Amino acid sequence: MISRFGSYLLLMLKVFRKPDKWKVYKKQLILEIYHLGIESLGITAIISVFMGAVVAIQTAYNIDSPLIPLKMVGFTVRQSVILEFSPTIISLILAGKVGSRIASEIGTMRVTEQIDALEIMGINPPNYLIFPKITAAMLINPVLIILSMGFGLVGGYFVAATTQLFTTQDYLEGIRGWFEGYTIVYALIKTVVFAFIITSISGFEGFNVKGGAIEVGAASTRAVVWSSIMIILFNLILTQLLLS
Amino acid sequence: MIEGKNIFKSFGDHLVLKDISVKFEKGKTNLIIGQSGSGKTVLMKCLIGLYEADKGQILFDDRNFSEMSFNERKSIRNELGMLFQGGALFDSMTVEDNVMFPLTMFTDQSKEEKIERVNFCLKWVNLENANKLFPSELSGGMIKRVAIARAISMNPQYLFCDEPNSGLDPQTAGVIDELIQRLTEEFNMTTVVNTHDMNSVIKIGDTISFIYKGELWWVGDKNQVLSSDNQELNDFVFATELTKRLKK
Repeated sequence: MISRFGSYLLLMLKVFRKPDKWKVYKKQLILEIYHLGIESLGITAIISVFMGAVVAIQTAYNIDSPLIPLKMVGFTVRQSVILEFSPTIISLILAGKVGSRIASEIGTMRVTEQIDALEIMGINPPNYLIFPKITAAMLINPVLIILSMGFGLVGGYFVAATTQLFTTQDYLEGIRGWFEGYTIVYALIKTVVFAFIITSISGFEGFNVKGGAIEVGAASTRAVVWSSIMIILFNLILTQLLLS
Repeated sequence: MIEGKNIFKSFGDHLVLKDISVKFEKGKTNLIIGQSGSGKTVLMKCLIGLYEADKGQILFDDRNFSEMSFNERKSIRNELGMLFQGGALFDSMTVEDNVMFPLTMFTDQSKEEKIERVNFCLKWVNLENANKLFPSELSGGMIKRVAIARAISMNPQYLFCDEPNSGLDPQTAGVIDELIQRLTEEFNMTTVVNTHDMNSVIKIGDTISFIYKGELWWVGDKNQVLSSDNQELNDFVFATELTKRLKK
């Protein structure tokens, strides 16, 4: 375990070097933003809308005291979505989608000697393969999470518009009330840290594959598992540091 | 010339290379032969720096490769082409992009110059008009030829080929052998080929180093290999029914 952490740190030292050619790096970065970010937009939107709708219904269901105004539903949906659901749950979903993609892509390159070919050419493979993925995710994931927040709130609005649980006016008042901008900052800091965790761990797992197809699959699984565990752990640490 | 001096390499307790000293001359096709597991691939990987030898020196024209850092090795690696066993083409790139890749990374050539060079290299391996194909659309022989084109795109001084004929039919394997030999002669390269294909040995083996159980067992050329009285070499060379009958 300690030895693997040491290997991870050594790999990161190789990742964070000046790219061999900036022009090629920029091209890679744009490509990765598309693959890791834009291609994840669909699943992010679907999950966020349903997540917002479910939180809205559950909150309305639990408010049975006439002393609590129904606009608290909107408030609760907004706070839940911004503080936890969008940054953490969507990052966990992305750990599955993006993490397995990165680990299997780099792992396959390893077993088919493509990484050796890069090294023979005099290219720094960790820098060439992993650095654009890390930077792309750290740039695009905050955008995805902001959109996810919007989709989550739309989900709650959809419940208000189609059921008798609370009115759209109550909901809109709730999501606008008692707003603190810092919650968004907190969510985005978490998102950037989670993006680094997902891409760096998945890159590490893929890069260290030895063997064939079975090991590539195992590396993908390890990438998702370790990324998820680290996201949950750092979620606690960051929440304690930033909100307490 | 490429020289390996007293190379030792082990994995855990298993000593794979035992005090190997070899010389590969310029303008010649130098073959490393031996049974599977004899250590020839490990030797090649030590020579090109994919594995670090435990002991010994690797010299590229008297430049001590084994004592260089990753960045210092870049200058030698820019002079080095490698043909991997499976081709190692980048799946996400077309044939053109694969061959162009080293030029993009290490030269400041314009797009037109790079395409001209790519077309020259593809013509060399008889693959004109394959520019826009992806590796998944190529046959085994075509993959090897594209890999050769990529290996020579930077006009290398040294060419390494790891089992270039594995998985190919005898006719296609012959074409690859001829390509390697022509490249070596026309561009005066130092070529090192790792093989256990006896056709290649007889056809292109200017110098042959036989590795047996991690040791350099025999050195000679394609004319001497069939008449040697070395028992272990004969067991290897005349292992197939065809070569046994030819010997009789």
